[in-house]
Amino acid sequence: MVARRDFEPKIIGFLCNWCCYAGADLAGVSRYQYPPNIRVIRVPCSGRVDPAFILRSFSNGVDGVFMGGCHLGDCHYITQGNYYALSVMHLTKKLLEQVGVNPKRLRLEWVSASEGNRFAQVMIDLTGQIKELGPLGVGEGIDANRLKLKLEAVTRLVPYIKILERKRLRVRFETTEEYDRYFAGDEFKKLFRDLIADKLRTEEIMLLLREKPMSVEEVSEALAISPSEASSYLNHSARQGIVRFDEAQKRFVLADVKEQVLS
Amino acid sequence: MAKEPIKEQSNNPVKSNIGDVMVVGGGISGIQASLDMANMGFKVYLIEKSPALGGKMAQLDKTFPTNDCSMCIESPKFNEASRHPNIEIMTLTEVERVEGEAGDFKVTLINKPRYILENKCTGCGVCAEYCPVRVPDKYNQELSNSKCIHVYFPQATPLKSYIEPDKCLFLQNKKCQICVGVCEKNAIDLYQKPEKIEIEVGAIVLAPGYQVFDPGLRNDYGYGKFENVITSLDFERMLCSTGPHEGEIKRPSDGKHPKKIAWIQCVGSRQVIPGGNSYCSAVCCTYTQKQVILAKDHDTDIEAAVFHNDIRSFGKDFERFYQRTESLPGVRFIRSYVSVGKELPKSKNVTIKYSTTDDGVKEEEFDMVVLSVGLNPPENVDELAEKFGIELNSHSFCQTGPVNSIETSRPGVFVSGAFQGPVDIPESVMTASGAGALVGQLLARRRGKLARKKAYPLERDVSGEELKIGVFVCACGANIGRVVDVPAVVEYASTLPGVVHAQQSLFACSTENAQQIADHIREKGLNRVVVAACTPRTHEPTFRETLREGGINQYFFDMANIREHCSWVHSTEHEDATEKAKDIVRMSVARASRLEPLEEFELPVDKRGLVVGGGLAGMTSALSLANQGFEVFLVEKDSELGGIARRLRYTLEGMDVQAYLADIASKVYKNPLIHKMTDSTITETSGYVGNFTTKVKTGEMVREIQHGISIIATGASEYKPTEYLYGQDDRVLTLLELEERIAKKEQKVTNAQSVVMIQCVGCRQKDRNYCARVCCSQAVKNALKLKEINPQTDVYIIYRDMRTYGFREDYYREAADKEVKFIRYEPDDKPQVEVVEEGGKRILRVTATDDIMGKKIALDADLLALAAAVIPSASSKEVSRLFKVPLNPDGFLQEAHVKLRPVDTAGDGVFLCGIAHYPKHISETVSQALAAAARAAEILSNKSVIAQGSICEVKESECIGCGACEAVCKYGAVQLQKKEKGKKAVVNPVLCKGCGLCNAKCPTQAIALKHFTDDEIFAQIDAAVKAPAKAPELVETR
Repeated sequence: MVARRDFEPKIIGFLCNWCCYAGADLAGVSRYQYPPNIRVIRVPCSGRVDPAFILRSFSNGVDGVFMGGCHLGDCHYITQGNYYALSVMHLTKKLLEQVGVNPKRLRLEWVSASEGNRFAQVMIDLTGQIKELGPLGVGEGIDANRLKLKLEAVTRLVPYIKILERKRLRVRFETTEEYDRYFAGDEFKKLFRDLIADKLRTEEIMLLLREKPMSVEEVSEALAISPSEASSYLNHSARQGIVRFDEAQKRFVLADVKEQVLS
Repeated sequence: MAKEPIKEQSNNPVKSNIGDVMVVGGGISGIQASLDMANMGFKVYLIEKSPALGGKMAQLDKTFPTNDCSMCIESPKFNEASRHPNIEIMTLTEVERVEGEAGDFKVTLINKPRYILENKCTGCGVCAEYCPVRVPDKYNQELSNSKCIHVYFPQATPLKSYIEPDKCLFLQNKKCQICVGVCEKNAIDLYQKPEKIEIEVGAIVLAPGYQVFDPGLRNDYGYGKFENVITSLDFERMLCSTGPHEGEIKRPSDGKHPKKIAWIQCVGSRQVIPGGNSYCSAVCCTYTQKQVILAKDHDTDIEAAVFHNDIRSFGKDFERFYQRTESLPGVRFIRSYVSVGKELPKSKNVTIKYSTTDDGVKEEEFDMVVLSVGLNPPENVDELAEKFGIELNSHSFCQTGPVNSIETSRPGVFVSGAFQGPVDIPESVMTASGAGALVGQLLARRRGKLARKKAYPLERDVSGEELKIGVFVCACGANIGRVVDVPAVVEYASTLPGVVHAQQSLFACSTENAQQIADHIREKGLNRVVVAACTPRTHEPTFRETLREGGINQYFFDMANIREHCSWVHSTEHEDATEKAKDIVRMSVARASRLEPLEEFELPVDKRGLVVGGGLAGMTSALSLANQGFEVFLVEKDSELGGIARRLRYTLEGMDVQAYLADIASKVYKNPLIHKMTDSTITETSGYVGNFTTKVKTGEMVREIQHGISIIATGASEYKPTEYLYGQDDRVLTLLELEERIAKKEQKVTNAQSVVMIQCVGCRQKDRNYCARVCCSQAVKNALKLKEINPQTDVYIIYRDMRTYGFREDYYREAADKEVKFIRYEPDDKPQVEVVEEGGKRILRVTATDDIMGKKIALDADLLALAAAVIPSASSKEVSRLFKVPLNPDGFLQEAHVKLRPVDTAGDGVFLCGIAHYPKHISETVSQALAAAARAAEILSNKSVIAQGSICEVKESECIGCGACEAVCKYGAVQLQKKEKGKKAVVNPVLCKGCGLCNAKCPTQAIALKHFTDDEIFAQIDAAVKAPAKAPELVETR
């Protein structure tokens, strides 16, 4: 990973109206200077940020995504959306990691309306950090087409993940550290592996096969997984009736069924 | 379509000379008073003698301690006032005579000729271009020239030219009529004559403001003789982008950028010599710090020296502001009296002589000297007093009541702003609102009788129209234009899909530009508007109103923030900032393309108020609301009303606090509209402006009350010192304890030979980094009382800066005259207190360094009084949580805007006052409490409040009834209901607050937060990186 001096990262920031956006305003009023890389989208609450917003941003090729909300306990709304934002951030980081995007490209910070200097500092840090990571995909050493496919696959899973999140992954702690611990812990890792990782792989395979029929070897190469892993996913999907092996082509093809991501 | 001024077009005013209130003075205080009263339902005549609204605030570049752009926060108020259906603005108008009495005044006005037909002039400025006569520009402190015919300043309201008659060639010698010839609108009438107008009103609010001290009269510090000695107001104009040199600091002698600037404090203030003012002007310390910061912003190499006496950083966040200034490189604060030496003949530099304890007398050369001039009473104040039949105080400011600084000596005539005495902007705004409350009490019965509602043109149905986006890019004077290439952004905007009109505006927020936008909406058929300017958080409401006036739905508006988020934070990166501005505009246009018309609806207002805290502030608010005719619940946690004021006995000015408190408490007890709830606390509060529900716990009983507004007046506490042997030696007291003992005439006090006071105990330190504002005056007050009891008592006040601001300075001087000894200490060399055994006695000994003598002195004290800080009350965190009012870093409740919304909070319908906001004196508390009552009354006076349109809605066909939305909505705004096709989510629009959490949780995109839909946000995300190929269709695609 080499930091390129001429690389100016594109960053999208989702700022809650009441704290972080106001903090950014105050940075302006106070003339705190920071790099001009961020493009701000104002949302009423950091809880409004949908994982799909973040994934869409990366699909569009931005190099970093920032979420800014009120400090915990300070949410303007009694719904305390910033706690949910924290979960969304952790979960989305995990999704990004799963598809090969460096999760450090997503960052969430609490900035209050009176922390203009902090906003500027966060922007300086963030821009520097994303610069070091390099352009999206290049920094990760992942092929652009493959990244695009993987991001699309994970985007298609968002509705499923939302349902899952509510049923199995919703947690509520008081501090960011507790969230950090939970999402780094074994319990979450297992749930993620069992409930999301496999689903995501299947989704990727379906997207591949939508383009053209493929053999086990071709799938394994396209997704950078071992042939045995590819074979196991393909067979599993075949048993579920999502794909089938076309004897004539000696390739797997998409079964003629409605895609059911919500199943 | 006819281009009639909106006001006439939509309101069809009945020509009448009968109103409710006349406000005299169109500065920030007069504007605020007018707006408050107009919103309460009173018809207001706002009289201003100059050609435009704005007053002194309009001349300031920035405002302390946030360095907010002064014009940017004030001009929306011009706009609001000029559009308000209940406000009649009369500029170039002065009062000639006032007859009658409270409730029934007849005011005779003289309207001076503008020589312009206001209904025809567009403020285009062509006349000024052609006018051959150059005159010194008064708005720019005569540092530059303008023309004899010109618009007063770029954002002037009304934006109309005017002619200075004594310079006009035609009006003087009938020689020239060039302007008449070039004016395409035939708006110039050189034959206008003064007009006499009689108006009947029930009350008068005087807000004539102040004038700055004129150092030219005595050639103070060489002013008027040395070219490079200027006043602080001159400097303020230089800093400003609309100033004489477009924001460049240039010294008058040679136009060079000064590198070394000196500020001299207390010019015309704290002086007992003839021609000076004995009082402290209260604002100069902090405005100087602001100017130093701004000067350094303009040019980091500038070296600044501030020659000062005490640094009076007594306001909220002032202490930090001072520290910020002091810590800048190349900035020196020098505590010394100064005299100006000489002007050096060649360089025109000026030398200043000063002395410090370390270096003795020095003479130093500066490129420029700024005199921090004080505040004087308004011009022709004696005449003014006579016309209005009011009394003046010994400083020729308005004589006000000892507690209520808004009342004058004449019933029905009130005073707000700096005519009360030197005050800053928030104080001017507070007293303006407070005046509104007193007028509301006086005229309660006629409220609403003359009020008119603003009518808007019918909203155009744009469905089926193709996209027609108008983009207006603001240069904001030079605030944006200096960094961002505005013409390039305009050109780029015009290439974006859907954009049919793009233009530049010098000030998008000006009334004139608003009119232009409205005109373009009508004439070009715009159906979306993007304004690329400053932050939507302050200006969106103004522009939404413009859209309504233009006849389209107000939600068809989006604001691209290219100032706070661009030009101000990338001020040296012109190219990158310009590119960023283009991106921001592109995102905004993409979003605008998808905006949908939304409906706002009216919610009924529960006309009862809740006041939390039964101290002086709470009682004052409650009583004012009741006297305005509203029912009030007053909740107090103690068993008795009065709060911390119960511990105060007298004020500096000699008022009997307990008598006053007893009087107001009895009025509160007797008032049938006030429901007193003592020994009570609030356990829960919910709802929204106009409709709150709060649970009040009294003993074991919990009562639920409904109310339309809340006023928080929960007070503060006295710091309990751990230092200076407090609690270990019973001779060590706090100032409040001393006061109680003085009042009780305890022998220990009356017989004391030596009393020592130590200031700044528990504050102005790392963990409590603020000044508690009242302690210096409290110390002086008690010192004078001790001297009154026994002139032989030795009283010592050991202080850091004596902060007896305003007229309190007189008492400080009186104390010094009566031999109270003042000894200054530095924070790193605090006084030491010890008990020493001498001759069998335990002596309380205070040792301090006398900074003048430069040596330690030991004082044996019979009593030691500590000026213990005022600290946030123990309940403040809980109050903050319950009412969603944030706390500032020091733990005091945070107002919505430091300068212009000093009693509002982040939550609509929740107000604050008293020392829960920040420590303050009794009269200041009363003003603020009245202000809160006025702001609350603005809501309670109306039948309904408008609920915003950005709330959630459900697309039933998409809803799978999973309940994810219901589960996260703590407002209870979303509920699953049984429908034909199973359970579906249903939104209660009254309860929805528009946070959008449900939208983010919905797996099927069935519930959407209007105005922040997925579609709109995806459009912004996509536009952030690339321009869309073609305009999206307007069909709903979600």
